[in-house]
Amino acid sequence: MGRRRVVQDARRDREFKAFVAGAAGRLMHAATLLTAEPPDRNPRARRLLALSLAHTYACWDALRGEDPYDRTRGHLATHFARSIWRRPHPHPDSPLARLSPQERLIVVLRLYEGVAEEQAAALLGLPRERVQTICDRATAHLLHPRGAPPAVPVAKAVSP
Amino acid sequence: MKRAEREAAARRIMERAPTPVPPELYPEVLRRGRRMLRRRRATARLMWLLLLAATAAFVIWALTARPWVEPPSETTPPLTGW
Repeated sequence: MGRRRVVQDARRDREFKAFVAGAAGRLMHAATLLTAEPPDRNPRARRLLALSLAHTYACWDALRGEDPYDRTRGHLATHFARSIWRRPHPHPDSPLARLSPQERLIVVLRLYEGVAEEQAAALLGLPRERVQTICDRATAHLLHPRGAPPAVPVAKAVSP
Repeated sequence: MKRAEREAAARRIMERAPTPVPPELYPEVLRRGRRMLRRRRATARLMWLLLLAATAAFVIWALTARPWVEPPSETTPPLTGW
C-alpha cells in the first residue's frame, strides 16, 4: 500500500504541475480582476488563487474526468463570493475598479471566462435573469465610467 | 451599440494588462494542497475507525444481550395445571 501511495503521489504531482503551468496565468488574471487590484500588487488575488488551487490539488484523485480548470474557477468564484462582505475598496488602477464585487464576479465569469449564463447562475445560486441583468448593468458601467450611463434606473432619476 | 459589441468591448478592457504569475505561487499551493489532502485522509481514516468500532460494539452487545429472544414473563405467573 505504501508503494502504491508513493506512485500515486508522484503521478498527481506531475499532472498537477502541468495543469498549473498551463492554467495559472489566466486564473491569476481572473483572480486579480475579481479582487480589483493592480496586476503587480495583488496579494489578495494571490491568496484567493492559492487557496483554490490547493483545493484542486486535494481533490485531484477524485476528479474522475471533470475539468480541473472548471473546478478551480468554481472554487475561485465561491471563495470570492463568500468573502465579498469584507472586501476593502477596489484599487483605482484596476480596470474593474468602478464595479461592485458582485458585478465584478459576474462580469469576470460571463465575459472574461465565457461561462454560460445558466452555469454562472447555478454556481452563484442566482436566477438566470438576475445574472443577465447584473451583467448588462456591469457592462454599461464598464463602458461608460463617467457621466450618465445609458440605462439609468428610473426611480433614481425621478426622485427629488 | 448592440449587446455583442458591448460585451466584446468589455472583454477587451479586461484583457488589457496581463497579470504575471508569481514564482512562489506553486510551492505555496503544493504546501497547502498537501496539508489539505493529509487532513482529509486523516479525517476519512478516523471516520472509518469510528464506524468499525461502532459496528463491533453493536455486534458484541447483540450477541450478549440477545434482544431478539422473548424475555421471560415477570408479571403473570405461568399458567399451569388446567
